[in-house]
Amino acid sequence: MVDSKEWEELLARHRDQPAALIQVLHRAQEMHGYLPREVLKEISAALNVPLSKVYGVVSFYSFFTTSPKGRHQISLCKGTACYVRGTNQLLDQLERELGLKPGETTADGEFSLSVVRCLGACGLGPVMMIDDDVYARVVPERLAQILDNYRLAGRQAKGA
Amino acid sequence: MSSVNLTIDGKPVQAEADATILETARRAGIKIPTLCYLEELNVIGACRLCLVRVEGARALQPACVARVAEGMVVRTNTPDVLQARRLNLELILSNHPRECLTCPRNNNCELQQLAADFGLEEIRFEGEITPYPVDDSSPALVRDPRKCVLCRRCVAVCEQVQGVSAISVQERGFNTIVAPAFLDPLGSVACVNCGQCALVCPTAAIHEKDQTAAVWAALADPQKHVVVQTAPAVRVSIGEMFGLKPGEVVTGKLVAALRHLGFDRVFDTDFSADLTIMEEGSELLSRLKEGGRLPLITSCSPGWIKFIEHFYPALLSNLSTCKSPQQMFGALAKTYYAQKAGIDPADIFVVSIMPCTAKKFEAGRPEMNSSGYQDVDVVLTTRELGKMLKQAGVDFDSLSEEEYDDPLGISTGAGVIFGATGGVMEAALRTAYELVTGETLEPVDFTAVRGMAGVKEAAVNLNGTELKLAVAHGLGNARKVLDAVSSGEKTFHFIEIMCCPGGCIGGGGQPIPTNTEIRAKRIAGIYRADREMPRRKSHENPAVQALYKEFLEQPLGYKSHELLHTHYEPRGQF
Repeated sequence: MVDSKEWEELLARHRDQPAALIQVLHRAQEMHGYLPREVLKEISAALNVPLSKVYGVVSFYSFFTTSPKGRHQISLCKGTACYVRGTNQLLDQLERELGLKPGETTADGEFSLSVVRCLGACGLGPVMMIDDDVYARVVPERLAQILDNYRLAGRQAKGA
Repeated sequence: MSSVNLTIDGKPVQAEADATILETARRAGIKIPTLCYLEELNVIGACRLCLVRVEGARALQPACVARVAEGMVVRTNTPDVLQARRLNLELILSNHPRECLTCPRNNNCELQQLAADFGLEEIRFEGEITPYPVDDSSPALVRDPRKCVLCRRCVAVCEQVQGVSAISVQERGFNTIVAPAFLDPLGSVACVNCGQCALVCPTAAIHEKDQTAAVWAALADPQKHVVVQTAPAVRVSIGEMFGLKPGEVVTGKLVAALRHLGFDRVFDTDFSADLTIMEEGSELLSRLKEGGRLPLITSCSPGWIKFIEHFYPALLSNLSTCKSPQQMFGALAKTYYAQKAGIDPADIFVVSIMPCTAKKFEAGRPEMNSSGYQDVDVVLTTRELGKMLKQAGVDFDSLSEEEYDDPLGISTGAGVIFGATGGVMEAALRTAYELVTGETLEPVDFTAVRGMAGVKEAAVNLNGTELKLAVAHGLGNARKVLDAVSSGEKTFHFIEIMCCPGGCIGGGGQPIPTNTEIRAKRIAGIYRADREMPRRKSHENPAVQALYKEFLEQPLGYKSHELLHTHYEPRGQF
């Protein structure tokens, strides 16, 4: 849940500071989990940056997202090395397994999928990250097991 | 500023040290092609069509952003330069729809012209065309992203000149699109419909919404009595559509051309401009006398009206309640004129010829139906009228001059100057001075409020009362005045604001190109037309006098309030 006092203070601190846009967007995404329309309007009004320009920045950087993210972020590397070693088969399998496309979030809010370019571990390709965990030389057959660990982790955390 | 010496194509030239190669070459009479460049507004070196060779430089340089230097040797037409530019143009064209024959900008397109100038005989690359759909949600403007070359000129004008920023650059790479935030439809955002974007668009990626078909249909309908009004600014610009010089006053030919198209009556918005002065002048005097809300701000310009509704709602009660001349005309055409001519207002079809795209929105505002019908049925821009005349085979320049019809075609010089920045102010002063002092004003010119300065301030003595005046054109300039008024930094009694730079002569519906030089020529034409009028003060307009006598009774009277005045609504800044 967003701490509304902290949010108000952030906006107040950067009132009429167009140059602070990117750092405020970063912070806003951390606090809200994503950047919904109303949040961008508040930022536009506070920083005195037209909404069309705010959205221009948000839609330019793939880091920013205007839709809610899942509890777990899957990043699949499609850099050259991973690509030639089978990222596409992994992607197909993930899409089937989770019923979503890159940029989307599963209906149960468990996973978001994004395709990235190079995680800097080309020798380990194809590489996949889930949250901060790195998976090397992933083959489609391992996916179900890997995903289950996160689902399980979620259930255990809830039960705890 | 120190100056430097350089040579361009072997020609020695001198330039200021911070000048660009492009500016310097242009001054020396050397043409370098450009596409994304828009003087002072959009200088971003994006399109790479202005590449030149600078001796000693590693790569070809974009002339629009590259600065001159002492001893620089520039070549603008070597084979490698021409080849590089041609390649870049081919790449720009690789994802451009080749629909020139059916494009609204056919024969008036910078991209098409460049292809012709470069002598392209083949486009070697065939790329994917952007999948974004046409956005025709706005009543005034249509965006066609397929035809967009991403030059960003529209974005620059919307932000820097108008201070609106309804559109900006969204997404990136191949998905890049010029659009409102969230790719929302233009008709749903804080766009003021001014059309300055359409004026600077090099292609047809943003253009006016064409409504000529509705006018052709009305003209062909024997049941309809079709009347037309022409805005002041159209008479000094429509000639440009037919190769005449910018600013040439072609009022008589315009009237003849409209009659030739089949309009039953050809009337003049200048008439209702005079009427506006009677109402707005009276409103000013009444607010001064009775301690009403000041400053009074003019309300003729529909782009400006939507702007204040979005961005300065706290000042809405400063706006004159007068409708614009276009809407006063519409309301009277279907009441006063209908009665006088004995025609059922249901059968009257009112067409406006306007220099303006925002007028299309204004005519559709739900409150603009005080005659019991939509007061103005269709608004055409100067450009659309030009197209209709071409379709009808009108040889414009060879037409004999004709006169406007009675009674809504009778006007004074005060009406015609509404077309230039400062004109409404000057027209109001001509009348207010005489009404207040009882003396004849001689000479009638108030030159302090004329000209292209973004904000003009003046003071005039009205029988011992010093009236403080301000005139702004371009909404960015309007912001400056409004901010100064809101903060209490400045005090005025009367402010004229026009949405577009130069006033209506620089409106978003005017012929393309419209630039600073052409604006100045059209303004000169407006004042020439004023000088040539036998009457130059609105209150001396005999048709307006008759209108009050026969119908309205008096300015700000009951009927005036019913038909000629309106109200505004805050719209929120998003």
